[in-house]
This record gives sequence, structure tokens and C-alpha cells, in this order.
Amino acid sequence: MDQSAIHPFVVSVRNTFETMLQMGVEIGEPVVKADRAPSHDVSGIIGFNGDVGGSVVLSFPFATAQRIVSVFTGMHVGDEATDDIADAVGELVNMIAGGAKAQFPGRTVSISCPSVIVGENHTVQCARGAVCVLLPCGCDCGGFTVEVAIRSVPADAAGEGRARWVA
Amino acid sequence: MKILLVDDSKTMRNILKGILNQMGYTDIEVACDGLDALSKVVGFAPDLMLVDWNMPNMDGLAFVKAYRAKGCKIPILMVTTEAEKSRVIEAIKAGVNNYVVKPFTPDVLQQRIEETLSKSSAAA
Repeated sequence: MDQSAIHPFVVSVRNTFETMLQMGVEIGEPVVKADRAPSHDVSGIIGFNGDVGGSVVLSFPFATAQRIVSVFTGMHVGDEATDDIADAVGELVNMIAGGAKAQFPGRTVSISCPSVIVGENHTVQCARGAVCVLLPCGCDCGGFTVEVAIRSVPADAAGEGRARWVA
Repeated sequence: MKILLVDDSKTMRNILKGILNQMGYTDIEVACDGLDALSKVVGFAPDLMLVDWNMPNMDGLAFVKAYRAKGCKIPILMVTTEAEKSRVIEAIKAGVNNYVVKPFTPDVLQQRIEETLSKSSAAA
């Protein structure tokens, strides 16, 4: 597994949680994601384009998302506040993606605006043919996952357009 | 002191508003993208703007360029995930006065706001 493409996301997840939530994150060993597992209740998705292409998905069980958003916003978040939860999760994945992007020096990379899915037991599939790496994470509010599917153009091959999925 | 917050995320607008309230600033208007900001900025006449970069409809950079093209000189602090040096330079060239990278602590944001206002007063 090419750690050089995953490491920026590990650093960015930790930095985002420590800075905005004052919360440490334990990140387990990255694994290649099995086809349709795991399932989630809230997922924030951001696409990458340019020299580094792919996507990052930040996913939570609903109760964990509620607790994290309450800490993030400083306000109580009820079961019915799915719009607020979606907005906050979108902002968290935005910061994680932006922080990771800044760690690909010398590459031209753009990121999309976040999309958020709220729905019990959904799965997010990577693009066909992509290899998705799953980072199991844990914090005081509960467990969550970060899924990274990155197609990186090596710097010496950028001109020839050669690319490979990172695994 | 009147402040216009421009960010498509309601969460971020609320976080920024909370920090500004703690600093004693309470006359705050919000906009959800560059187009919304352009429609509000003349009527509200802010003394300072905090502007996100990546937003739908009209992004922050396009808003700053459009606003500066009108000859307006109100200080603008960009609050964004865009952290690369080339992006900071691009923003400064467009007319942004100062820059905060998300994620940020309240202390860092407060410091940048005070810096921006101080430099703006000195230049006036």
C-alpha cells in the first residue's frame, strides 16, 4: 500500500479534530475496503481532480455524528436536526480534504464542494476500478471511518499522463 | 463595527459569529455565497468581511474580484481550506487583505481579525 498518498489524510484528520473539536483521534491500520462494507448513517464526500484525483469519504454512525456535531458547533443537536448534521459533516470533510490537498506539493489539485448522505445503513462505493483504502478511526464521541480512493500521477510521469490507483 | 460573513456552510457561519460575538462584535450579516454577498454588501455597508473561497454559484475569489472592481476598499479576510502558497498569492492579488486557513482556533482567527483591522486603520 502506498502510504505516501494516505498519510496526508491521516495528518489532516488528526489536525482537523484537534483544532476544531479539541479532540484526539486514534487512527488504525489502513486496509483495502471490501466491496460493500462497512455501512454508515452519515457520510460526507469530496472529490479530487487534477494531478491527484479520486475521493475522500468521512462516515459516521448517526449517534457519533450527533455527538461530534454538538462538540463542533457548541450546541445540542437533536435527532431531527439532520440538516445541521449534514452541513457540519460537510464542513469537516471539507477541512480534511483541504488539509490533505495542501500536502501534495507541486501538484495542481482541486476539490469539489462537499456532498453529504444521511440515511441509515448506506454504503458508499468507490469509482469502478478504483482501490479504496479505509482508515478506521476513533475519538471520544465514538468510532468513524475515512475512506480514501486516490489516483496519483507520479511527478515524473505527469507529462505522459500515466496514472495508477493507490493501494 | 459591522461585519459581513460569507460562507456556504451554516455551521461555519455560526462558529464565526460565535467567535466574533465573544470579541464584542454583534452587528453581523451573513451571506451564503458570492452572489448573495454582492446583493447584501452595498446595503449593509460592512467595515470588515470574512469570506470563504469554495462556494457554489459564485466562489469567494470571484466575489472579491467583483467587489474590488467596484473600487471598494473594505478589508477582506479570507477564511478557507485553500492552504497552498500559490492560492494565498492568488487571493492577495485579487484584493484579499489577510488569510486564515481552516481548521483554525478562535485565538488565531481573533489575531488575524485584529491584524487586518489594525493594518487597515494604519493605511487609511
